[in-house]
Amino acid sequence: MKGRRKIVGKIATYAALTALGAFTLTPLMWMAATSLRPEGSPLPTLRELVDGVLHPHFENYRYVLWFPELPVWRFAINSAVVTAGVVLLQLALCSTAGYAFARLTFRGRDALFAAFMLTMMIPSQAMIVPLFVIVKWLGWLNTYVGLIVPYPYLSTAFGTFLLRQFFATIPLALDDAARIDGCSHWGVFRHVILPSARPAMATVAAFAFIWTWTDFYWPLLATSSVNMRTLEVGLSVFKHAYGMTNWPLQMTAAVIVLLPVLTFFLAMQRFFVRGVVMTGMKA
Amino acid sequence: MRRGGFNWSALGFAGLATIYLIAFSLIPMLVAGYLSFHRWLLVKDEATYVGWANYAALARDPLFLNAVGNSLKFVVMAVPLGMALALGAALLVSQPLRGTSVLRTILFVPAVSSLVALSMVWMWVYLPDRGLINSLVRLLRAGWVALGGSDPGWATDTDFLHDPAWALPALVFMSTWIGLGPRMVIFIAGLSGIPASLHEAAALDGCGTWRRFRSVTLPMLLPTTFFVLITSTIACFKLFTEVYVMTQGGPRRTTDVVAYHIYRQAWHKFEIGMASAQSYVLFLLILAAALVQFRLMRRRVRETEEAWAA
Repeated sequence: MKGRRKIVGKIATYAALTALGAFTLTPLMWMAATSLRPEGSPLPTLRELVDGVLHPHFENYRYVLWFPELPVWRFAINSAVVTAGVVLLQLALCSTAGYAFARLTFRGRDALFAAFMLTMMIPSQAMIVPLFVIVKWLGWLNTYVGLIVPYPYLSTAFGTFLLRQFFATIPLALDDAARIDGCSHWGVFRHVILPSARPAMATVAAFAFIWTWTDFYWPLLATSSVNMRTLEVGLSVFKHAYGMTNWPLQMTAAVIVLLPVLTFFLAMQRFFVRGVVMTGMKA
Repeated sequence: MRRGGFNWSALGFAGLATIYLIAFSLIPMLVAGYLSFHRWLLVKDEATYVGWANYAALARDPLFLNAVGNSLKFVVMAVPLGMALALGAALLVSQPLRGTSVLRTILFVPAVSSLVALSMVWMWVYLPDRGLINSLVRLLRAGWVALGGSDPGWATDTDFLHDPAWALPALVFMSTWIGLGPRMVIFIAGLSGIPASLHEAAALDGCGTWRRFRSVTLPMLLPTTFFVLITSTIACFKLFTEVYVMTQGGPRRTTDVVAYHIYRQAWHKFEIGMASAQSYVLFLLILAAALVQFRLMRRRVRETEEAWAA
């Protein structure tokens, strides 16, 4: 009797797991399947979807990538430049501050750290109006500087916290050994701390990458010329241009925007789980 | 380490990020405060000082109050639903079964995806006639009839995003889908921190699965739950992109949430002063929600601890 109950329980669990997976995947799979339907065809039925997968129309992809009215490649380059810039800036800010909070003693350190943490409470949506005014005043609208520099203001505290926690686990004996060899603080930071903290740095970089690549609100405001739009904003322009009529093309554009970020996520996924567990961001 | 005197290395290491946060966090907050006491149209050069007039106007503005109400409704629906689903998923996925690690990855995918792309797909989910939900309802209805039941007459042409009764719940449901993965991962971490000995002791005392969940898992999970509660609430108050892409605040302003309302105020009406005042109200809303939850949760944690001690 007990054995049978166990088997029934196992089957029920697997059914629930499958339902969860289907819940998550169905919209995504529909997107991919619809992108393979002939351009301009109406909303597909299930049979037409299967047909689309069996006889895929890849020309949608060629069409969207070389779309005559929107510089899609330029959007992709913009997204790449902005994301790379934000990741580097974020790493530079968080690693140096993390070192200061983990390894140095100075007056007001704990108060300063608390002030850093407080900035995490500020909602980005409430900051965006004044940030726009400041960036406009600096003359940074429609520039890479304007897209990159104001970005990490929210996640600097997050990254600093994460790196400080990690730096604190690196044995102090390593610092001392380096200092005996004549290293300054900068030397210890470069030759001891940074090489030992690669996984934590990767976690910070991974989050900065995803947040920047998928962010919509800031690039929507900070750019007005088509040539400075990012992929995410470009996709919404595309959607508005096409209304809700040409589903295959719309879904092709959506897949093109999703693919790079999903590939990145799959390659870096263990760093995401670590970051979420350590700090609970983006829940 | 040198004691006393000025620590130049500290200035070098901590200074970079400090200056950055002053420039792009503190100063914008001050600028927003300054602007909220002024009437300023973005296109004009000068701003007029109006004192508290912007805030007084907001307290009487039915459209802004409507937006605050919508945000609160969204939070009250989305946070409990999202957390319950995430906890259920975490319990399922932490079973020692094959395939669960792949499933964890899959469930995380929406959270790292482009919100604009996801919003476009979800417009299809909610379409009348050929949308996913209406198709499923039609399938269920046909199945019911095929099994010999009488036609239940479920509607299969609900236009979720254009129906004032459905539009906000539709966004709620989508947000649970997006937030499922990260919330679940936090719950998994919390679950793995519960000592197995507690479960074993409860089982020895004759507790069934449900009783063990109620009396061991839930209380031990309280700090984790609190953490997810606060982060989810903050995230839900920030709802913007989905509204921008899918509903533009409609139908009949039922999805006009605060963040979207601020956006319209600032970039369609160019009333920067008013938008800044609204931004401060949003900030205070989030802060108040976090504080209330913090107090409630602290009391619950203390009660639980006392119950354990007794």
